[in-house]
Amino acid sequence: MTLFWTIWISVITLGSIIGCYLLLRWTLANKTGIQEGETMGHEFDGIVEINNGLPRWWTILFYICIVWGFIYLALYPGLGSFKGLLGWQSSNQTVLSLEESEASLQASIENGALIQYDREIKFANERFDPIFAAYAEIPVETLATNPEHADAVKVGQRLFLQNCAQCHGSDARGQNGGFPNLTDKDWLYGGSGDKIVQTLQNGRSGMMPAWLESFGESGIEEIVEYTLSLSGRDVDPVLADKGKARYVVCAACHGMDGKGNQMLGAPNLTDNIWLYGGSKRAVTETLKYGRNGVMPAFNKTLGDDKIHVVAAYVYSLSNEN
Amino acid sequence: MSANTQVQPDYNYKVVRQFTVMTVIWGIVGMSVGLLIAAQLFAPALNFDIPYLTYSRLRPLHTNAVIFAFGGCALFATSYYIVQRTCQVRLFSDKLAAFTFWGWQAVIVLAAITLPMGLTSSKEYAELEWPIDILIALVWIAYIINFFGTMIIRKTSHIYVANWFLGAFMLTVAVLHIGNSMSIPVSFTKSYSLYAGAVDAMMQWWYGHNAVGFFLTAGFLGMMYYFIPKQAGRPVYSYRLSIVHFWALISLYIWAGPHHLHYTALPDWTQSLGMVMSIILFVPSWGGMINGIMTLSGAWHKLRTDPILRFLIVSLSFYGMSTFEGPMMAIKTVNALSHYTDWTIGHVHSGALGWVAMVSIGSIYHLVPILFGQPKMYSTSLVNVHFWLATIGVVIYIVAMWMSGVLQGLMWRAVNSDGTLTYSFVESLEASYPFYVMRFIGGAFVVTGMLVMAYNCYKTIRAPKVALATDNAVATA
Repeated sequence: MTLFWTIWISVITLGSIIGCYLLLRWTLANKTGIQEGETMGHEFDGIVEINNGLPRWWTILFYICIVWGFIYLALYPGLGSFKGLLGWQSSNQTVLSLEESEASLQASIENGALIQYDREIKFANERFDPIFAAYAEIPVETLATNPEHADAVKVGQRLFLQNCAQCHGSDARGQNGGFPNLTDKDWLYGGSGDKIVQTLQNGRSGMMPAWLESFGESGIEEIVEYTLSLSGRDVDPVLADKGKARYVVCAACHGMDGKGNQMLGAPNLTDNIWLYGGSKRAVTETLKYGRNGVMPAFNKTLGDDKIHVVAAYVYSLSNEN
Repeated sequence: MSANTQVQPDYNYKVVRQFTVMTVIWGIVGMSVGLLIAAQLFAPALNFDIPYLTYSRLRPLHTNAVIFAFGGCALFATSYYIVQRTCQVRLFSDKLAAFTFWGWQAVIVLAAITLPMGLTSSKEYAELEWPIDILIALVWIAYIINFFGTMIIRKTSHIYVANWFLGAFMLTVAVLHIGNSMSIPVSFTKSYSLYAGAVDAMMQWWYGHNAVGFFLTAGFLGMMYYFIPKQAGRPVYSYRLSIVHFWALISLYIWAGPHHLHYTALPDWTQSLGMVMSIILFVPSWGGMINGIMTLSGAWHKLRTDPILRFLIVSLSFYGMSTFEGPMMAIKTVNALSHYTDWTIGHVHSGALGWVAMVSIGSIYHLVPILFGQPKMYSTSLVNVHFWLATIGVVIYIVAMWMSGVLQGLMWRAVNSDGTLTYSFVESLEASYPFYVMRFIGGAFVVTGMLVMAYNCYKTIRAPKVALATDNAVATA
């Protein structure tokens, strides 16, 4: 902020408050030329006004608020670029990225700056990091299934409810539209502790290409029939047969047996579990126009130790102890 | 006094009558929409899977209808009445008055069509799209010309305090509306704000808070300054208090917007200024309440028999309560608990239902017999019934929202020993359910009261004329 704006802000701010003070002083003294308690001598549609003084308690309250206003503006930022005598800041408002934020946190710890957000983060880290570091020592599978660590699973569940439930639901059963059910033992990228941690840390992006241009309407219809037959659905055998010949292209990812490929995140087509819906119409839509699924990376927001605990919770959902 | 013995000027009561009737009608419409969306919060199926009836589209319709249709018509009606009576002169222009009435009704109807269609600028309390914004600006300028024009040709030597407040309300709302609604149209029904990022948020709440400060406070204080002394038959308590609280109120209110944006990307210094000014503002706000309530000194016994005066005085009590609550919620530490919770909704409604609606209702009960040539309202006991329905309804409503809001605030910040949050959002929502039902019950009381009012007004207007129906004779009533 330039000096001009600091002066501008300070002048109109202090001017307003001082103006209120002067106004109060001016009306406290009776300068109307009319005795207190008498009417002002003008009359509007039968309404007259009395020249009463200001209530004393109210006047004192006004003074207190004005004085308090000056004190607050001296201690805290308010008057343009003046930082206030305490040097308090809510956060480092100049940061533009997570990296800058972390650097700012580090710097404020070193120079002891009074940045409230950084202080709170530092306090929380000192207090809670050791708890999560201890959990991180124990393998995900053990944390998830050993009754001794039931508390860890609960912590993981709470983190899940805050960070993951928005897409996967409070009960982790997912929702239609590409948000997988995490309780059905059907894993797109693998359900071992390591794989779950990997998914959480780096995220995943699943891409089903669009096939309408290559296969045309009738080709799509045939493949849909064949795909549905893989999970034992009633289909038109003639169309399905034609679809089987075309399926060779699909097999590159989903496998000849249709059981999918966890290396690529290609779903198993034989288990009647559908990420984007299993109706004929939904599967046709998927084949025609493709799908893009994104699981965001949480390594920067949650950190490795917390991811470890969330992974334990997710693992526990499909692995009873 | 001397003015009383003179022949009353030929006032323009037509426009006052029109706005008065529409106040009651839009009040019922706006509050009923509010009741429906209050029900949707605990019974979401009540949107019937019809897009036009979803919460997201009806909520702005509710706020616009109660603030600008109900509150706006009440302000138009009373300000046109007050300015004529206290300036002892007919309105500056009957044509402009008619234009403001039909123009304002057009704005309301357009809002009632476009908002359920989902056409919105997405700015709170300023959702209407740019063509309607332009119409609002034109109507408003006509209103200002007519009001100030009337003051200029006044027959009284001074300008009465009610007119200071009404004038400040009109001028500031013009600046706020035009300033905040600046946008770049991309089609007839879509535009984008001229401002970006934190500046846009700041502009929005500079507007939003002063919609409260000038539309819902200064305007209605003007109403209070006429109808309380008139209904009580007592002089205004303190002329000097009205001077100090008027100037302090209008100069401090304009700063208070940033308290809506505590703990956001708004710079710290802006947040501090918003908070400091909001807290000092508490004192001049109470100045208005004191002046209104003290006006009753020597006439307290009238409260026992006059439910209209009771409406006016209870409205001031709610005004006092919400202008204490507002500055308190503007304190950052309190705001950390209250922000984004139902406490805010409770606060708004103690102001909107307790203060704005009650002072308007009281004023309209005062006005209707005068405007339609009757000695008094058709039924005073129905006014009394309305008073209790409104008071009980508002109390149930705000108590429900206080409890729900504080509960939400505490649940959202509850932390376990491991640093994780104790409750998920959904759990706090579940905990709010009983209070949502309670709020609906409070709202139902208020809407029922409005229906009683409509019936009472209808019977008053349609009753056989006991006085001569010409404006001239009515004016002396």
